[in-house]
Amino acid sequence: MNMPGPEPLVTYTIGGIESGPPCCEPVPHLRIANLSIAYGSATVLDNMSLDIYKGCITALIGPSGCGKTSFLTALNRLTDLIPGAKVGGSVQFEGIDVLDPNVDLLVLRRRIGMIFQKPNPFPLSIRRNLELPLREHGIRHRDVLEYKIETALREVGLWEEVRDRLDSPALALSGGQQQRLCIARALVLEPEVLLMDEPCSALDPISSGVVEELIQRLCGRLTVIIVTHNLAQARRIANYAAFLWMKESVGKLIEFGQCRNLFEAPKHELTSAYVSGATG
Amino acid sequence: MHTLSDRAFTLSIWGAAALGAAAFLWLLGDLAWHGMAHLSWSFLVSEPLNAGRSGGIAPILVSTLLILAVALAAAIPLGLGAAIWLAEYTRRSGALGRSIRLSLDVLAGIPSIVFGLFGNAFFCVFLGLGFSILSGGLTLACMILPIFIRTSEAGLSAVSDDWRHNAAALGMTRASVLWHVLLPAAAPAVICGLMLGIGRATAETAALIFTSGYVDRMPESLSDSGRALAVHIYDLSMNVTGGDSAAYASALVLIVLIVFINTGALALSDRWLTRRITAT
Ligand SMILES: Nc1ncnc2c1ncn2[C@@H]1O[C@H](COP(=O)(O)OP(=O)(O)OP(=O)(O)O)[C@@H](O)[C@H]1O
Ligand SMILES: [Mg+2]
Repeated sequence: MNMPGPEPLVTYTIGGIESGPPCCEPVPHLRIANLSIAYGSATVLDNMSLDIYKGCITALIGPSGCGKTSFLTALNRLTDLIPGAKVGGSVQFEGIDVLDPNVDLLVLRRRIGMIFQKPNPFPLSIRRNLELPLREHGIRHRDVLEYKIETALREVGLWEEVRDRLDSPALALSGGQQQRLCIARALVLEPEVLLMDEPCSALDPISSGVVEELIQRLCGRLTVIIVTHNLAQARRIANYAAFLWMKESVGKLIEFGQCRNLFEAPKHELTSAYVSGATG
Repeated sequence: MHTLSDRAFTLSIWGAAALGAAAFLWLLGDLAWHGMAHLSWSFLVSEPLNAGRSGGIAPILVSTLLILAVALAAAIPLGLGAAIWLAEYTRRSGALGRSIRLSLDVLAGIPSIVFGLFGNAFFCVFLGLGFSILSGGLTLACMILPIFIRTSEAGLSAVSDDWRHNAAALGMTRASVLWHVLLPAAAPAVICGLMLGIGRATAETAALIFTSGYVDRMPESLSDSGRALAVHIYDLSMNVTGGDSAAYASALVLIVLIVFINTGALALSDRWLTRRITAT
């Protein structure tokens, strides 16, 4: 890959939003500086710096293997579970140094939730799936549990579908319902940031549309970072977009900006080629 | 050509299955044929007379169950603990875990007479427990531990990492993921390991002759010597002339006992699993 032109900037901060979506606040919620991720000796993401804005939906796009999932898992320290994973740089979240080894992971992960590519409810009943994380975080009162569970299920539009079978196994739900249950399971903890790793890629277009609408409704309340290979989807729902690309098999942030600008007036040739479908 | 070889293949696997089933049925039939006549309610509830030629097997049944109970009480918590440690707290490819797995595999293949001698030297003599139900049960525990640990560990390792990651992303502690998600998911393997262990333990003679002994009186406590069913069968068929029909009847009782215990274990784990899925 030999690409002429200047090296892309590494730090992006965008001033006040004039034309941006109304739900967004131009306040950085997560400040990521010089983030790099390596598995063993292989660096997969290098020197990534950007601000994630509060209440906004930020889409992460780029070819397979450029480190998008790795990036998300560094933000909630799920990388700790992967033997040999090393994360460098700094991530600031509401005054917390996320990469600090002494950070309280249980609290951090409650505040920064995550949805995975493959829907993965626990092999328990629908109710238990939502109750388990709540109980884990000290919420035990029966009425409070009931209320929170119902609210979360309503939020993902699942309540009417499952209200009569809350005690049946969650794995009997359809794929789309399972993914919405997983989203409810994350939302029930009332996180401030939601990391979504290709949440629609295993779903049919209709379920995918339902999830998409749901994400849009979260705008303003939660900061969402969503990885997607569906450029049209990114364009529809995201306020900001970041484009990653691999150079010599190391992922790099090429461009970050308001979603519209990135798609309609990309600053970098690689971005322009990628979003017009010529590469990647 | 193709369909011919296909048919031959189908036929041969059916043949193999039929042969296996036939061998078992023949064995069971033979036992029932010779043993039924001798079997009666009083056989089950009375003391053996005349070296077992007449009378019953009541004290032997009691000893067998006590030895089994001791073995399971020791093996289940230890074995589960070890399996959890191996599967969850050591690196899968780490040197320590690997060497422990290897030693367990070697232990699982050691002839039971060696365990008998070890049990005699360690429990009876060194710990001063003498010939007793306790010594016998603990020796059996040593014998079934390797296979129980390995099957349980395999079951835990086979549980998809996705659930571990999901649970971690929800801020759940390792212990509660284990208890609420991983152990129930691994339960079939754990139960299978347990049943293999129970089968091996109830069929054991060599390990018990030197540890729990062959006194055929009713045991009054765990420190009394007690004769296990398998030892009784061995004694009747090898050392007691005219004890054949009593031996057959005892063997029939032994097989029925094993079937009962296994069905019971299955039913219990089923109930436990359904409770795990829905309980609050
Ligand atoms: N657990 C791991 N151990 C070693 N290497 C890994 C691990 N996970 C990911 N990688 C490597 O890191 C690189 C980036 O992977 P990552 O999953 O972050 O990419 P991605 O952008 O999410 O790709 P996709 O779009 O296919 O999901 C890949 O080259 C991958 O092989
Ligand atoms: Mg990915």
